[in-house]
Amino acid sequence: DREFNLSFKYANNAIKTSKYNIFTFLPLNLFEQFQRLANAYFVFLLILQLIPAISSLSWFTTVVPLLLVLCMTLAKDGSDDINRHKNDRQVNNRRVDVLIDGKLKSEKWMNVQVGDIIKLENNQFVTPKDVCYFGETEKWEVHCEAPNNRLDKFTGTLSVQGAAYALDNERIILRGCTLRNTEWCFGLVLFGGPDTKLMQNSGKSTFKRTSIDHLMNVLVLFIFGLLALMCTALAIGNSIWEHQEGTSFTAFLPRQEGANADFSSFLSFWSYVIILNTVVPISLYVSVEILRLGNSYYIDWDRKMYHTKSDIPAQARTTTLNEELGQIKYIFSDKTGTLTQNIMVFNRCSINGKSYGESLQYLGLCEKVDFSWNPLADPKFCFHDHSLIEAVKQGSREVKAFFRLLALCHTVMPEEKREGELFYQAQSPDEGALVTAARNFGFVFRGRTPDTISVVEMGISTAYQLLAVLDFNNVRKRMSVIVRSPDGRLTLYCKGADTIIYERLHPSCSKLMEVTTDHLNEYAGEGLRTLALAYKDLDEAEFEVWKVRHHEASTTMEDREAKLDAIYEDIEKDLMLIGATAVEDKLQDGVPQTIEQLSKADIKIWVLTGDKQETAENIGYSCNMLQEEMTEVFVVAADTAEGVRQELVNARKMMSPGSPDEPPVLKSGIIGKKSEEVLDEKVEGEYGLVINGHSLAYGLQEDQQLELLRTACMCQTVICCRVTPLQKAQVVELIKKHKKAVTLAIGDGANDVSMIKAAHIGVGISGQEGMQAALSSDFSFAQFRYLQRLLLVHGRWSYLRMCSFLRYFFYKNFTFTFVHLWYAFFCGFSAQTVYDEWFITLYNLVYTALPVIGLGLFDQDVDDRWSFRYPQLYAPGQQNLYFNKMAFVRILLHSSYSSIILFFIPYAAIQDTVRDDGKDIADYQSFALLAQTCLLIAVNVQLGLDTSYWTAVNQFFLWGSLSVYFAVTFTMYSNGMFLIFTSSFPFIGTARNSLNQPNVWLTIFLTTILCVLPVVAFRFLLIQLRPTMNDKVRYKMRQDKAVLPPLPRRFPRRRISTRRSGYAFSHARGYGDLVTSGRFLRRNVKSRPTLFPLAESPVAESSPQIYRSIDGTQSSKQA
Amino acid sequence: MKAGPSRTNRPDNTAFTQQRLPAWQPILSAGIVIPGFTLIGLAFIGVGVALFVTSQKITDLEVRGKRDTHAVLFFFQGPVFFYYGLTSYYQNFRTYGVSKDGYQLSGDTYYFNVRAWYSCAPYQYDSNNNPIVPCGSIANSMFSDTFQLYQVVNGMKKQVPLDGKGIAWWTDYNIKYSNPALVNGSFANAFSGTVKPVNWSKPVYELDPTDQANNGFLNQNFLVWMRQAALPKFQKLYGRIAEGDYAQGLPAGNYTLLINYSYPVISFGGTKKVVLSNVSWMGGKNQFLGIAYLVIGSLCIVMAMVMLIIYAKYKFTDDDEDM
Repeated sequence: DREFNLSFKYANNAIKTSKYNIFTFLPLNLFEQFQRLANAYFVFLLILQLIPAISSLSWFTTVVPLLLVLCMTLAKDGSDDINRHKNDRQVNNRRVDVLIDGKLKSEKWMNVQVGDIIKLENNQFVTPKDVCYFGETEKWEVHCEAPNNRLDKFTGTLSVQGAAYALDNERIILRGCTLRNTEWCFGLVLFGGPDTKLMQNSGKSTFKRTSIDHLMNVLVLFIFGLLALMCTALAIGNSIWEHQEGTSFTAFLPRQEGANADFSSFLSFWSYVIILNTVVPISLYVSVEILRLGNSYYIDWDRKMYHTKSDIPAQARTTTLNEELGQIKYIFSDKTGTLTQNIMVFNRCSINGKSYGESLQYLGLCEKVDFSWNPLADPKFCFHDHSLIEAVKQGSREVKAFFRLLALCHTVMPEEKREGELFYQAQSPDEGALVTAARNFGFVFRGRTPDTISVVEMGISTAYQLLAVLDFNNVRKRMSVIVRSPDGRLTLYCKGADTIIYERLHPSCSKLMEVTTDHLNEYAGEGLRTLALAYKDLDEAEFEVWKVRHHEASTTMEDREAKLDAIYEDIEKDLMLIGATAVEDKLQDGVPQTIEQLSKADIKIWVLTGDKQETAENIGYSCNMLQEEMTEVFVVAADTAEGVRQELVNARKMMSPGSPDEPPVLKSGIIGKKSEEVLDEKVEGEYGLVINGHSLAYGLQEDQQLELLRTACMCQTVICCRVTPLQKAQVVELIKKHKKAVTLAIGDGANDVSMIKAAHIGVGISGQEGMQAALSSDFSFAQFRYLQRLLLVHGRWSYLRMCSFLRYFFYKNFTFTFVHLWYAFFCGFSAQTVYDEWFITLYNLVYTALPVIGLGLFDQDVDDRWSFRYPQLYAPGQQNLYFNKMAFVRILLHSSYSSIILFFIPYAAIQDTVRDDGKDIADYQSFALLAQTCLLIAVNVQLGLDTSYWTAVNQFFLWGSLSVYFAVTFTMYSNGMFLIFTSSFPFIGTARNSLNQPNVWLTIFLTTILCVLPVVAFRFLLIQLRPTMNDKVRYKMRQDKAVLPPLPRRFPRRRISTRRSGYAFSHARGYGDLVTSGRFLRRNVKSRPTLFPLAESPVAESSPQIYRSIDGTQSSKQA
Repeated sequence: MKAGPSRTNRPDNTAFTQQRLPAWQPILSAGIVIPGFTLIGLAFIGVGVALFVTSQKITDLEVRGKRDTHAVLFFFQGPVFFYYGLTSYYQNFRTYGVSKDGYQLSGDTYYFNVRAWYSCAPYQYDSNNNPIVPCGSIANSMFSDTFQLYQVVNGMKKQVPLDGKGIAWWTDYNIKYSNPALVNGSFANAFSGTVKPVNWSKPVYELDPTDQANNGFLNQNFLVWMRQAALPKFQKLYGRIAEGDYAQGLPAGNYTLLINYSYPVISFGGTKKVVLSNVSWMGGKNQFLGIAYLVIGSLCIVMAMVMLIIYAKYKFTDDDEDM
């Protein structure tokens, strides 16, 4: 078939992520670089500088920085591309077995073609291709969608000898995935190389920008305006000067030919554009990139975000979003695999009216049960109640029946690699947990064939004949098996949601039912997922009749499902109750603490899950998101648009009775780009909101969006259940659109990809099966709890650093530039520079480059432990306090003040002054040196004020830069340099002649003090009068000599609570019935909102549900 | 759990990667700021007083206008320096400042005729297309007044020698500027083929008829002039009174200043002045620094007190309730 497939010219599987080769690198990269605005601006300046009449600065002031930027970018792009080349080579040369002419041959990946059948082995990287799985067939044809970048969607059909099978996302494996839990499998290559979904995705993903980026764009526009304004003002000044003074001064300073006063002012406009160009922060972009990269490395390097078990470190996949991590206001979290481990643990059970697994274990009083007597036991399983194992050993009939049921009634596949080493492949982790429990208690499910189940019962191998499986679906909410035991007895074992089972019990069980119900209530209260178990001995004749009917029903073509259901219904009645199980949906480590920390940091957490309402709500309680202390938890579950609106409005009115009908809106934006921001509304007390998928669908409609938004944003916690991936993204978009807030989405599965991409920041939990979420995320790590470190420590610091950096960077450049402005008034607006040209060239590149980068890489206000202790420190980032338009205006004012000092103090001090040997020192060159030295020292001292964390590196950068300044200055002003480059270094001798004068140093000192002391005084008074949280913590930290006050003693996680139950296999209606019956209400009854739904909408019922109660994790399956 | 190989991805545990570098974390606490301000204030007042007193001790005598006889009422401690000053004179104008040729002035005769990229226009060539040396506006506009100072002793005028040498920077005289090599043993020949700047009355090699060595680009008055002033109001050193009877200073008495007035300033609204001054360790007479130090020092003290009061009254209480 290879030739046939080749004829279609599908994309080759060799992938090429590199951009350049040796020859194209230089021209292509330079071409790309000059397309950037910043570099184009450099070139524009350079052209201006080459016009002699305008050139107020030598060409090298522009060329040197330009070259430096170009070279740095060249080096970075070059090394990136070399890495890509390496990766490509490695990937392309990997070996794989390809089926060619009926034989497996080892091939390089790059030679694999679309249409090839390849063999994948366990834990092998499915590298460069999307593969479709299927069984052995002979003649086949695949029709599928064109290559695209949707990771979460695939459509296609496989035709085998006329029969068509649907191929969907579940049937394909994407490039970059690893085959797990499967020895080997064959696959058909669907897309190769650049056509694969992953390659289609990479690089083309929407480029995320941070709010600071957006602010910077606005500011840069503003700065260009400011530049134009300054240049215009100075040009006008020049015009006035030329008219008043210049005309009469022509005796000494003749005008150029043909130049009159007006033309000269036109020229001076452009001359000032050159001189004042430093207000436009061109080199800022390079520095910002360096900072972000550095701060991203900190995330990669953090051992406290490294997960030892899975050997996965945190990873900053996008290196341009760091400071945004310090500004998160909303977190959208997936549940399964993110908050929970997707591990179920058999925790409690009730057998024949006796409850086992008392919650003593949480107090740590009890030893683990020793299962060593059972050679087949799973060593990882642990249970703490010894009485259960006693009961098993005593051979109690009910206990035996209980575990026998667990061992028989399921759809688990066993795998026995070595004698006694059993692995269970369960479709739902709940089932796995139950079968494992039975295994450890001596009822080991060891193997199955289509019609037998082999079980080792207390060491004795037994084979049951499997006569029928009455499978689970979401209407039945139960499953049953009918087996024949070795002694010939026919039994039906059934497990399912308790309400469903209870309806089908034999009346004789009523007493047991009551006791078990109590137990079920208790378990549910602890947040466990419960199931009821029952059995029924069948009469041989009765079964034979049923079997015939069953066969008939299962072969009908019409309405097969309904008919089967009816048949099942017939036999699943008059059941005998055995007991109930309770399985814990294990939260990931530290989730409740993390959630608590994050909500203390005033971050609102929304859980968006595909789970059912009660499961989600349950998890909400167990991870501290919903709390008993909350004033109210609203549940919105109406099934009409009007109903949803009414419930939302009711909830809002209840939270804030006086809230207006129209949302408070802040309109802003420049013409053409209007934006509306819905303001937060004040609410007394804490509220929670639970909304389910179909209500959400109504809520997300255009006309209800704002209502949903207002109500939801008033609540501390929002849980959306039964949401589709698309809805997840819509919710995120809704917040993004109407709230001026930064959003973060965290998830682990393919169904979270859309929301991860939609949010400002997407975080992927890596290490789970399926890498889609991590691949499309900006940051990834192994455990949810690392989120608090990512935000409260890394995010906060990144934001702090970035803002300190920006504030200081603008300050130093404005101050530098504004001095020219004042000098203009004393040099006839002639665009004379205050400083030496070399100083202008090197100021940003050398003299002040490193200290400010040191600030941006090392500064921290308080260390990580204190950041955790006071999560409130996170708030300034959310409110965008450290760098905003106001802060920018303050910087402008501060710079103006500093520049006035920096010009006028030297001006006054140098007036008519001479050296101590009577020679001149008031000359232009000495003044330039004085002014630039004052400037450099003043801005460095200012940097010192802004630095709160002085590492050796900071010190080194600061003192190093100052030393370099003096060294370079003395070198450039030396005889040697002048003799070699006469024209470039006319400042010869200036440093020697002026820096040996005491009055020069006194001037420098005075200037610096005057620049800095007011700032010190202002900051000091601000701390005293209006201390921020930050000031207080720093003060406290200092006082306590860095002894961290202990966290206020948290009550241990409450297990005995009054939470609502979650039934592993139950469905919403059953839940509703329970509530109406009143049996499951909390003990200390609080009023619940009246909007609680009684009826479940058909929307939910018709939504497909697979036989598992998890969402997320798209496990790849074999077809 | 497997050890070793399973932890290949574990990040390094260094102070740098874990952001635990030891650091000094100063904060603006009252214990530092208030004493700091006080100390700086006191120090400033001290320096200010010293500067002010020093500056007060400096004698200077400013001569404006045409009056030519002046009384020196007390002994004028030497060495006394003689300055001329100009106002509204824009030596710092950009196009003025670049109007010279550094190569030419370093004595390279090649550049007498050939232009580097320096722009001397319109003083590069005269109307006959002869190169002007030294070219450019700065040289062309060299200050041309000359001064003679006499002490009137018993009605007789006794000349006070004004030493016009040793007034330029050492680096300017020795490194930056050089005369062209002699041609045929003649200094003037080195400049053959060139013409003097338009405004000059003498060629550059005859600037100082009294001292052959003080000519050409190394004429010290020329050097002083070529060192452009930073501000439109400036004074430049004309000569030192450090010889003969006046080496120790000018005795009290009457002095006559003879000014050969040839430099026009009225046309552009400028003024001229002549200043006689001695110097101290902190240079010439400039009251500003002393006063500034005094004022700032006092302000620091005041500020320290204000801060102390505010601190005592408002200092944030270390209450935990909002933390």
